[in-house]
Amino acid sequence: MQRIGFGLLLATTLVTIIPIITIIFYIFYKGVSAISWEFLTTFPTNGMKEGGIYPAIVGTILLTFGTAVFTVPLGIGAAIYLSEYAPDNRWTRIIRIAIINLAGIPSIVYGLFGLGMFVIFFKMGVSILAGSLTLSIMTLPIIISTSEEALRAVPQSFRVISISVGATRWQTIRRIVLPQSLPGIMTGVILGLERAAGETATILFTAAVFFLPRLPSTPLDPTMALPYHLYVTSTQVPGMPIEIQYGTALVLIFFMLGLNVIASIIRSRARAHRQW
Amino acid sequence: MDRVKIRVENFSLQYSDGKESLRNINLDLLEHKITVLFGPAGGGKSSLLRVFNRLNDLADVKLLSGRVLIDDLDILDPKIDVISLRRRVGMVFARPIVLPMNIKSNLTYALELTGEKRISVLDDAVEVSLKQAALWDEVKERLYEPAVALSGGQQQRLCLARSLVLKPEVILLDEPTSGLDPISTGKVEATLQELKMMYTIVLVPHSVQQAARVADLAAFFLQGELIEKGTGKEIFITPKDIRTEDYIMGRFG
Repeated sequence: MQRIGFGLLLATTLVTIIPIITIIFYIFYKGVSAISWEFLTTFPTNGMKEGGIYPAIVGTILLTFGTAVFTVPLGIGAAIYLSEYAPDNRWTRIIRIAIINLAGIPSIVYGLFGLGMFVIFFKMGVSILAGSLTLSIMTLPIIISTSEEALRAVPQSFRVISISVGATRWQTIRRIVLPQSLPGIMTGVILGLERAAGETATILFTAAVFFLPRLPSTPLDPTMALPYHLYVTSTQVPGMPIEIQYGTALVLIFFMLGLNVIASIIRSRARAHRQW
Repeated sequence: MDRVKIRVENFSLQYSDGKESLRNINLDLLEHKITVLFGPAGGGKSSLLRVFNRLNDLADVKLLSGRVLIDDLDILDPKIDVISLRRRVGMVFARPIVLPMNIKSNLTYALELTGEKRISVLDDAVEVSLKQAALWDEVKERLYEPAVALSGGQQQRLCLARSLVLKPEVILLDEPTSGLDPISTGKVEATLQELKMMYTIVLVPHSVQQAARVADLAAFFLQGELIEKGTGKEIFITPKDIRTEDYIMGRFG
């Protein structure tokens, strides 16, 4: 009886990972032939049907970086407030619920909001800045809630000790709580940015364009981006060579996996060094 | 005549969650003495201890009245500088909680917060406080190891050293030996006898036996009331109140 239950649970686990592994292997199998130094470092030519995806890679890195610039200070700041300062009352609970619910809004809604707010109202146009801001709004909830969790995981007793030896609340946060929760916060930040890097609908109207003959030079320039490039070449370009599409998908997946690996390295190293 | 270091006058305290409370406490704590606050759990001893360094600020207090004076400073006054109060009044907790740093940093942490940067001052403070806590010989070779690597008894003496490093005037100890074996407990108690030459010590003991062993002065708390106070001898040999006697004899608790 126990063995059947165990087997069933194992089966559910396998079922959940089979699609992921299949996707990764299939894309790798189909796309690896497209990958070359040239593919990674040159512009597309001949109406996207030849050449590389260099501007899309750069664009995704720029958007991810732009998102980090806004979300890291804002997200960590908000998390510190919620975890360390906010009184435990109805308002705080409402704020928390709002943040959790923000994470559940479909990305196309963020995209349209960004279009109205940043592109049109603030006259930023379709640009890296508008796209980064829209992606920031989308990723902030993830970063805030994971960071808050990391801060709360630091034992309360450390705070009491620190206060009892004459530290202020801020000194306690800066010297004890933040250093101890930094690995958890970084993990949350990276996971949030990973989501931003892979997002299509959010940048559809706010940052991304089909083709650029040169790299963007200011934050107010539009940009190409990997997920958008993938979407466009797979749906809008007749006669598009299939290897380029799989190659693009492969690069995107490796970019995300790379971020994920960094996050898990940080986590495991922190766990090894944790002193509580 | 010994000088009064802490004077508690008509002091009452109530928490919002209705747990421990204190009613109309009057008590003098003398310099260079070990004053023991003892009694069954929930009597308010720990709460009173946490008033002396205003750590009760962290809790949700509903009612606070009366006066608590350290020297001539009314420490309940919301306008006083709590940070400097906490530097004058060190505290050791029931569980030995070391900060997630190495042994030395656990001690220099509080000093560095005062702005002290001179290496020689920090090093001296580390050595002096560790010696006072009878831990120096055991850790002098391993000051840069994580503090959690120490045994429970050593960690608690490190906590004691941490409370001494700022050269406070008062040391509060909240059941400091509750998690320790008898040998470590003995070391801590012996250390307290040394330390009282320099400090005013307030101890919430983890047992009546410990209370009787170390008390110069004792105060018996029951459900938020101070039932009886006096010298250790008076309280533990000739208690006047039947409730004190019953508790000491182990008839309830």
